[in-house]
Amino acid sequence: MKLSKAQYDEIAQFLGHVQPTRQSLRKLKEKFPSQSQSTLLSIFSQEYQKQIKRTHAKHHTAEAVETYYQRYLNGVMKNAAAPVLLELANEVDFAPSLMARIVLERFLQEREQAIPSKTLINSMLRDPSQIPDGVLANQVYQCTVNDCCYGPLVDCIKHAIGHEHEVLLREMLLEKNLSFIAEDQLRAKGYDKTPDFILEVPVAVEGHIIHWIESKASFGDESSHQAYLQDQFWSYWNRVQESAFPGQISCIKGDTVYGSDQGISLWIPKSYSLIVEL
Amino acid sequence: MAAVLELLLREEVAVGAVLRWLRQGPGHRPAEENHIHDKLVSLSLLQKDFVPFLLNFLREQTSQILTNGPSTPAKTPNSKAHGSQRTGSERRAGHATSSRVQLFSQRTSVTSCTTDTSFSPAAASSGSSSFSGSNLSSPCSDFPSMASSSSPSFGYSPVLNHSERRSSQKASLGSFLTATPEALPVRRGRRKGGSAVSASGRQVPRDMGRSLAEEEDGKNDSPSWSGGRRKRSEVPLVSARSPPSQLNLNNLEEFPPMGAASGWTNKSKPSRRINPTPVSAERPLSKPKTCFTSTPVSQSPTARFSSGSSLEAFSTVQEGNLTSAISSSLQEEREMLKKERCKLLHQASSPAGISLDPGTPTKPSYTRSASLPAESHLVTCADPAKISCKKQLECLAQLYSSCIAENLVPNIFLELFFVLQLLTSKGTSTAEEEEESDLEVNEGSKNASGRQHFRSVHNCVYFAVQVLDYQYEIISHLEKGTLKFLAENERIASFSPTLHERLKQAYESSTAKVSLLLPCSVQSVSFQPETDNRSNFPSDRAFHIFKKQRDIFYELLREWEDNHEKTGWDFERVLGNKIRAMMAHLSATCNHSHFARLFQKQLIQMCKGPVGGGASWGDTPDQDVLNMLGPDNLSRLKRLQERFVVPQSIRGPCPPPSFPGCQQFFRDFILSAGSYQFNQHLVDSLCLKILELDGLTLVEHEHSDGEADMDEQDEKKRFTVVLLSLRLLAKFLGFLVFLPYRTVEQPTRDLQDSAVALRNQTLPVLDVLKLLRRSIRDHRSILTVPWIVEFLSLADHIAPFLDYYRKVFCLLLQVYRLMVLSEDKEMSFLNKLLILAVLGWLFQVPSVPEELFFATDVRQEGVMVDTVTSAQALDSVPLVDQQLLYTCCPYLGELRKLLASFVAGSGAKNGGFIRKITPTAAESLAPKASVTQRKLQVELEQAFFHNQPPSLRRTVEFVAERVGSNCVKHIKATLVAELVQRAEVMLQDKVKEEDANHDKLLEEVCAHLYEEGAQALIKGREFCKKKGPEAVRVLLPEETSAAVLSSAEDIAVELATEKACGWLSANIAALIKREVKATFNRMLKVPGLPLPSEEALELRRDCPPGCQHRAPFPSQIINEIKDVLCVAVGPRDEDEVIDHDWLESLLGRLSQTLRCRKFMCPTSEQQLAKCTVELASLLVSDRVPLSAGIKPPEKSSERLRVKNNPTYGLLKLLLSVWKEDFGMPVPVQLMFSRKNIGYLSEVKQREWDLFLFMLHGLVEHDLMRTSEIESCLRSLGELPWPSDFLKELEMLSRVFTSEHHREEPRTNPRELTRQSLGTVTAQS
Repeated sequence: MKLSKAQYDEIAQFLGHVQPTRQSLRKLKEKFPSQSQSTLLSIFSQEYQKQIKRTHAKHHTAEAVETYYQRYLNGVMKNAAAPVLLELANEVDFAPSLMARIVLERFLQEREQAIPSKTLINSMLRDPSQIPDGVLANQVYQCTVNDCCYGPLVDCIKHAIGHEHEVLLREMLLEKNLSFIAEDQLRAKGYDKTPDFILEVPVAVEGHIIHWIESKASFGDESSHQAYLQDQFWSYWNRVQESAFPGQISCIKGDTVYGSDQGISLWIPKSYSLIVEL
Repeated sequence: MAAVLELLLREEVAVGAVLRWLRQGPGHRPAEENHIHDKLVSLSLLQKDFVPFLLNFLREQTSQILTNGPSTPAKTPNSKAHGSQRTGSERRAGHATSSRVQLFSQRTSVTSCTTDTSFSPAAASSGSSSFSGSNLSSPCSDFPSMASSSSPSFGYSPVLNHSERRSSQKASLGSFLTATPEALPVRRGRRKGGSAVSASGRQVPRDMGRSLAEEEDGKNDSPSWSGGRRKRSEVPLVSARSPPSQLNLNNLEEFPPMGAASGWTNKSKPSRRINPTPVSAERPLSKPKTCFTSTPVSQSPTARFSSGSSLEAFSTVQEGNLTSAISSSLQEEREMLKKERCKLLHQASSPAGISLDPGTPTKPSYTRSASLPAESHLVTCADPAKISCKKQLECLAQLYSSCIAENLVPNIFLELFFVLQLLTSKGTSTAEEEEESDLEVNEGSKNASGRQHFRSVHNCVYFAVQVLDYQYEIISHLEKGTLKFLAENERIASFSPTLHERLKQAYESSTAKVSLLLPCSVQSVSFQPETDNRSNFPSDRAFHIFKKQRDIFYELLREWEDNHEKTGWDFERVLGNKIRAMMAHLSATCNHSHFARLFQKQLIQMCKGPVGGGASWGDTPDQDVLNMLGPDNLSRLKRLQERFVVPQSIRGPCPPPSFPGCQQFFRDFILSAGSYQFNQHLVDSLCLKILELDGLTLVEHEHSDGEADMDEQDEKKRFTVVLLSLRLLAKFLGFLVFLPYRTVEQPTRDLQDSAVALRNQTLPVLDVLKLLRRSIRDHRSILTVPWIVEFLSLADHIAPFLDYYRKVFCLLLQVYRLMVLSEDKEMSFLNKLLILAVLGWLFQVPSVPEELFFATDVRQEGVMVDTVTSAQALDSVPLVDQQLLYTCCPYLGELRKLLASFVAGSGAKNGGFIRKITPTAAESLAPKASVTQRKLQVELEQAFFHNQPPSLRRTVEFVAERVGSNCVKHIKATLVAELVQRAEVMLQDKVKEEDANHDKLLEEVCAHLYEEGAQALIKGREFCKKKGPEAVRVLLPEETSAAVLSSAEDIAVELATEKACGWLSANIAALIKREVKATFNRMLKVPGLPLPSEEALELRRDCPPGCQHRAPFPSQIINEIKDVLCVAVGPRDEDEVIDHDWLESLLGRLSQTLRCRKFMCPTSEQQLAKCTVELASLLVSDRVPLSAGIKPPEKSSERLRVKNNPTYGLLKLLLSVWKEDFGMPVPVQLMFSRKNIGYLSEVKQREWDLFLFMLHGLVEHDLMRTSEIESCLRSLGELPWPSDFLKELEMLSRVFTSEHHREEPRTNPRELTRQSLGTVTAQS
C-alpha cells in the first residue's frame, strides 16, 4: 500500500503536539480510519520522536530533574494511587517513559548515593517489580505501559515488527525464487555491516538493478531515510554493490512514499517496496 | 648557504628552525616565526640551493676519510655556473670564507683540468674494461677510484668532479694497461677487437648507438652542456693520443679531444658517479659480463689479480682448509694490488704536480689511494670516546636526516650509501692524530662550517650512526643480508647500542631474503595460428619468407647464446650481415609487423625474469651448472661464491641504464639491423603491449570470501610479472624512441636550443604524461612509475628539455617529493620505497640534467590525487616485497656489498666478523637425481605446452588456479568447519569446568586440532584429483587427442595440488586457529553461555503440522495486550471497560500466535510472557474492568463462584497458554513480585479466591512447584505490608500449604479441616 506524501503530511500535521498516549492514538484512528493502526502508530512514533529530540535537553537539566522529582514526591504523598508521573509527563510535554526514567534515576541516586548504572535503570524500566519502592514501581509501570512511543514495550513491539517483516520479506523472496544471502549468513562470513538480504543474482525492477534489500520496520519519511542513508546504506553499497550506479539508492522522489500491505512501511530503498509489490 | 650552515653549527639557529626555513618556499615568510628564524629570513632566497650545498658540504668534509667504495657524489647543479679560475691552493680560502655560495664550485674545474691533462692518455683505455659485464657502462668502476679521495673539489661540485675523477681513474687504469698490455688474461666474454689496443677497429657508427655510456662520458668530459666550461688543456693531449680510426664526425666538431678519447672512454661509465672500488675481485666461475658497448675487452690487472685469488680460494675449499687460506691468499693478493695501485698513483700524480689534498700536501697517505696499501693494517678502530664536535655532528645528522626523510635529496639511497661509506670508513690512526693537531691549530681561524668536522673516523662513524638511527625505518626494510651486516657491525654496536639492538631485532624478524638468481633459458615463441598462419599474410611468398625469417632469427639467437661470451666474438662482425640480409627480405615482403611481434614476444620471454636486472648482483649462471645442481643448490653455490669474492666490485648505487643478460642480444640486433621500418613496427608493438599491460586490472579488491590470502599471493606474483615486463618493454621503447637523437656528447647550448625548437613540434610516440597522470589519479603509480622511469632513463640529452618531457619530469619530481616514507593507508611502505628508489636512480641518470631536481619548480604541474580510493587502487595494496624491490633496483645491493667489504677489510684485526664457511660434503647423488628429474619434468611440461596451442596452456593454468582455489574453499567449508565445531564443543566443556585462562585454553584446543588439520593435504589432493580432470575435459575442445588430454589433466591436477597443498600446508594451522578463535569469541560474547545446544533445543522451533501461518503477528498481540494493561493500570475513563469476550478471544489469538512459530522471535515471546503474567496479576487483583461478565451470584457456593466468575475462565486460559503454547519458560514468579502483590493489597474487597485459584493452577500446570510457591509466599511475608494484609497473606500461605498437602500423601488431615479455604474467606 502506498501512502501519498500529502496524506503523510496531513497525519503529521494533525499530530502536532499530542501526547503519546493511547487516547491520542485513538483520536488519530478516528480521524484517519483508512490507515491501519500500525501505520498510524509508526508515523505517530516518528513524529513524536522528532519532537522529543528537540526538547530532550531541557528536561534533563539539573533543575528540571529536581523539580520533577519533587513534584513526584509531593504527588504520591497526596495520593499514591493517582497517576502522578504520567500526568506530570503529559503536563510538561514529555514522554512518560522518559519521565519515569528521569525520576527513577533521581530516586536511585538519592537512595544509593551514587549514580546508578544504565543497565540497572534499563532493567528496572523493563521490569518495574525490581524497583525497591512499591509506589514508584507502580508509577513507572503505569508510565511505560501508557507510553506509545517510548519505553521497553514499544521498543519490543518495534523489534517484533522488524522481525516479522523480515520474515515476510524472506517469504516473498522465496516465493519469487530469488536467491539471497540473509544477514546472519553474511555475518557468519564476516561482513561487518550487512543489509537484511543480498541477492545472489541481482534483479532488475523498473529499470533499476537491485542488489540488496534492507527492511526498516518504520515509516520511511524523508529525514529517517536520509539518516539511514548516512548510517547504513552507503556502507552496504561500499561492500556489496561495487559496480552499480549509486543513484538508485537515494530513491525518495517527489511525493510518493512507499508503504507495504502491513501498514508499517518497509520500503527503503525504493527497490524494496517494489519487490514487495512483485 | 654557508651562512645558514654556519648559524646552525654555531648553534645560533636550531635544526628545527632551519628545517622550517627549508620547507617554506621563498616568498612567503610568516611573521610569526620565532626570532631565530629572523636570521634565516634574510637568506630565504637561498633555500633552493641549500640542500645541494649541504650535500656537497658533507661530501667535501668527508672526502679525506672515505676510502671505501665508489664515491657518491650527489648530482647537484649549483657548481656548474661558475668559472674555473680558482686553483687548488685556493681551496683553503674557500673553506674559510663564509661566502662560499659563490666559491664552492670553482676550484673543482681547475683540479679536474689538471687531472685530465695529466692523465688523459690513460683514459683512452679505461672504457675497454668491459668485463664489468652486464652493466651498460662504466667498466672503470671496477678499478680503484683514486679520484674520489684525491679530488679536493669533490664536495664542491660533483658535476665537475665526475669528469675529474673519471680522468684520474682512467689515468691509473691506463698506466696499468700500458704497463701490461699483453698480460691480459684471456677471459670468456664478449669482447670486440680483443684488446684495448685493437679495439680501434671498431665500427664507428655502431658505437654511436650502442654505447649509451658514451654520451655520458661525453657529457662528463664536457660539462659545458649548460654553459661553456670546457677544458682547453685537454685538447692537444687527447688528440695526440687517440687512434685516428676512432675519430668520427662527432668528435670533430665540439669535442675533438674528448670525443677521441671517448672512442674508448665513452664505453666507460659516467665515472662521476661510479668509482672504482678499492678491490675488485672478479668471480672466475661466473661468466664474464659483456659490456653493452661491445667494446673490446681488456682485462685489467685488477681483475686478473682478483680472479687469481678467487681461483685459489676455490681450490682451498676443496682442500677443506678454507677460512684461513682464503683470507690469507686474498689478503695477500689484495695487498699486492694495492701496492701496485699506489705506485701507479704516485707515478701518475707526481708529474702532474697535483697535491691531491691541498691542505696536507706532503701527506699522500691522506689520499685514499695512498692509504690503500696500509688499509687493512691500519684501519682505525672507531672509538666513541674520541669524537670531537659532537654537537655539530648531531646537528648535521639531524638536518641531513630530515632532508632525506622529506625527500629533499635527489636519491635517498645514494645518501644512505654515502652514510654507510662513512660508517665503514677506514682512516689511518697515525694520520688521524696528526690531523687532529693540525685541526686544532687551524681551528681558531676557521668558521664553524669551514672546520673539518669529519677529519677523524670517529666523527664520521658517529655521524653515520646518528643518521642511520634516524633512517632506521628505511633500513629496516632492506633485505635480510644487509640487515645482517648492519646488525653485526661492531661500530654501530659501540656507538649506539640501542640502534644495534633494534637492527638485531629487525634482522631476526626479517623475512626479506632476496635472491636474484633466476636463470633465463632461451625458448622460442611458439607458432600461433591466430597470428602466424597463412591467412595473416598477403601472399604465399610473404608467408614463406616469414617462415624462413623465423628460422633465421632463432638461428641468430642460438649462435649468440652459444658464442657471445667467447673471446673475440663480435656481434656485428658475426651476425651483422645476416641480420641486415634478413631485414632486406622483410622489407621486400613487408613482413615487418610480423617480425616485430615475434621479436617482442621473444624479448619478453627471455628477459622478463629478474635476471635482466641482476647486473650488479651476479651473473647469469651457467646453464650447465644449473643443470648440474638444480636451482636450490645453485643459489647456495652462488652465495658461497659471493662470499669468496666478498669485496666485490662496488659500483655505487646509481649505475647508468644497462642492457644486461639476454637484453644485449636484442639491443645489438636492433642496432645491427638499423632498419627504420623494423624499428617503427617494433615501437608500435611495444607501445601496444605497454598500454595493454599498464591498463590491466591486477587486484580485485572484494574477495568474496576467505580465500583472500591465496589471492593476495597470486596478485603479488601477477603484479611482479607485469611490472617486470612493463619495465623491459619500456626500456626498449625508450631505447628505440630516443635512438635517433642519441649523441655521444652533450650538445652545445645552440645546438640544444635549435633541437628543442624542432623537436617540440613532434608528438611523443607514447603519451607517457597522460599515462602518468592517470596512474597518479587512479592510485596506480606503483605500476606505472617504474616503467616510465625505465623509458626515460634512455632519453637523449635533449629530451628532458622538451616541453613535453619537462612536464613528465616535473610530475615525477612531484611524486618523489610527495612520497614521504611512512606506513600509511594510502600506500604501503615498500611500494613507496620502490618508487623512491627508481625515481632517485632516474635523477642520477646521466642524460637527466642536474638542475632538474633542485631547480624545477615543483608547483608547475599539479598532482591531482583522488581522495576516493578507487577499486583499482594498486598503490594501497602491499604488492612490493624486498625481492621485487631488489629485482627492480639491483643497485640497492651495493649497500650490502659495501658493508660486506668492510667486514672483510676490517677483518680479524678489529675483531670484525669473519664469515666462516663450513665445508660440507657434496650431497649424495640420490637427491640430486631427483632434482634433475624434477627439472626435467618441468622442461617436459614446457615442451608439451610449447607445441600445443596457447589456449591449452591457458586452460590448464586456469583450471589449476581455480581448482586449487576451490579446493582450499572446500577444505575450509568441510574439514575446517568440522574441526571448529568440535573445538566449540571442547571449549564449551572446558570453559564451564574452570574459569581458566582463555588464551591457554584456546591454544590447547587448537593444538589438538592441528594434527587433524594435516588431513587437509590428503583431502586437498583428492579434491584436485577429482575436479581437475573434469574441468579440463569440459574446457578443452572435444577433438583433443586422448594423450594430450590426459597430459593436460595430469599437469592441471599437479599444478592445482601444488597450489592448494602449498597454501594449505603453510596456512592450515593459522586458519584453524583463526576460525576457532572467532568462534570462541562469539561464544564468550553470548551471555547465556550454554550455546544453542540445550535450551535452544527445548524451544519449539517448528509450527504445528499444517500450519498456515495465518496467526496474528506477535507485534499485534503485544500491542493489544498492552492496551488491556493500559486500561487496567489506568488512568482510564469512568466508563471504560474491557469486553470479556474480546479479552477471551485475544487470549485465543495469543495461543494461535504462539503456536505458529514463523514470525516469533525470542524478544516477542519474552515480552508476551511478561505481559501475560502482568495481565494475570491484574486479573487476580480484580484490576481489569471487565464488562458484560456474568456477575457472580452474591452467595453461592464456592464452586459456583469459581465457575461463574468470568475471570476464572480467563485465568484458566492463561494457564493453559503458558503451559501449552509458550516455547520458553514463563516468568510466573513475577506474580509474587512486590508490585503485583501490591495490587492485591490495594483492593478493598480482596479476592483471595482468584489468587488461590491461580496458585493451584500454577502447580497443576507444572508451572511452579509447591515449594517454590511456598518460599515466594514466605519472602512476601517479610515485606512491610499493612498489618491486616500481612495477616491475610499468612493465612493464605497456610491455606495453600494445607490444601496442597492434602493432595499429597503425607498431609495432616487435621490441619486440613481447620484451615480450609472457607475460613480464610470468611476472615477476609
